[in-house]
Amino acid sequence: MVLLKLFFAFIQVGMFSVGGGYAAIPLIQEQIVNTYGLMTLEEFSDLITVAEMTPGPISINSATFVGMRLAGVPGALLCSLGCIIPSFCICLLLAYFYYKYRTVSGVQVVLGSLRPAVVALIGSAGTSILMLGLFQTEIKNVVLGDIRLVELGIFIAALYILRKFKASAVTIILGSGVAGTIIYALMGEISV
Amino acid sequence: MKRDYSKLGTLFKSMFLLGACTFGGGFVIVSLMKKKFVEELKWLDEDEMLDVTAITQSAPGPLAVNASVIVGYRVAGVAGALVAVLGTILPPMMIISVISLFYEQFRTNPYIAVALQVMRAGVAAVIFDVVINLAKNVIKTKRMLYIAMMILAFIATYFCGVSAMIVILVCLGIGLIDLAVTLWKKKRGAA
Repeated sequence: MVLLKLFFAFIQVGMFSVGGGYAAIPLIQEQIVNTYGLMTLEEFSDLITVAEMTPGPISINSATFVGMRLAGVPGALLCSLGCIIPSFCICLLLAYFYYKYRTVSGVQVVLGSLRPAVVALIGSAGTSILMLGLFQTEIKNVVLGDIRLVELGIFIAALYILRKFKASAVTIILGSGVAGTIIYALMGEISV
Repeated sequence: MKRDYSKLGTLFKSMFLLGACTFGGGFVIVSLMKKKFVEELKWLDEDEMLDVTAITQSAPGPLAVNASVIVGYRVAGVAGALVAVLGTILPPMMIISVISLFYEQFRTNPYIAVALQVMRAGVAAVIFDVVINLAKNVIKTKRMLYIAMMILAFIATYFCGVSAMIVILVCLGIGLIDLAVTLWKKKRGAA
């Protein structure tokens, strides 16, 4: 019965997490910790740490993690499935209407005004990640002297390679991880 | 709209690789998808990708999943949507499944901590690369309204912490007013 409970809990998470990954965290907490008591608060905070450290959407990560720990691989599959079923159906519908009506000139005018906003949103997300990378903190807590030079160097080098040689994103991201780890290891700053 | 099922393989492979590399939120994967599907494969045009991003904000659920449903649908219909979503969620599911078995060691490993920290610089570089291209095109429209909206939306989200949904809704409102003004002008011009 745990499986069924999990499945329905994550359908609700998928259905009501409007506005990106962090919106899903309180929902998951409510379902898993408060309503069903499937995890303790401590386990839950571990889960958030791991979900943030690994790639992928935070709700899929949490769904997999919760499912895996409570009911193994079937649990992981069911939770993730529950999590994406609502948005899958809704997005399919939206995609259908978008491609049906996108060429209508009135729709074009309205969509045109959304595009600058989307550029700004992507830019804002990028700036947050850059600040986190360079200062390990949010913008309001930044102290210019705390800048991490290795990360700054990697950022500049990566951006240069991207603009100049059109390198693929995957190469850049993995490359910067490997390069940075080697540099820090050579500097003797990684203590095991 | 023509659908090309021969693209399913490339679609899955692309989403799988991007899915494995999207540290830090939905807008990261949107930047990566823009780079891959617009710039490299030329399957979608740039405006389309921006529209898709705006649409994903109005649906519940993870942005990455929403965006891959719509892009997958565009490329190869419902089959494409399924394949794209599968590609997006498989890497995180596999990684988390393994980690969940020994997450204590993972969380405390210093090499992993350093690699994850420096990777952010690489991720930021990829997003900036994409944003430079996108912002250039907004400026090229030479519409002061759009350029001002872009700058104000950035300030609102980054410095004031306004949520993405609110920004999209406000801009939707501006778009509707813009449409009304355009129609009104046309009507007056015709009369």
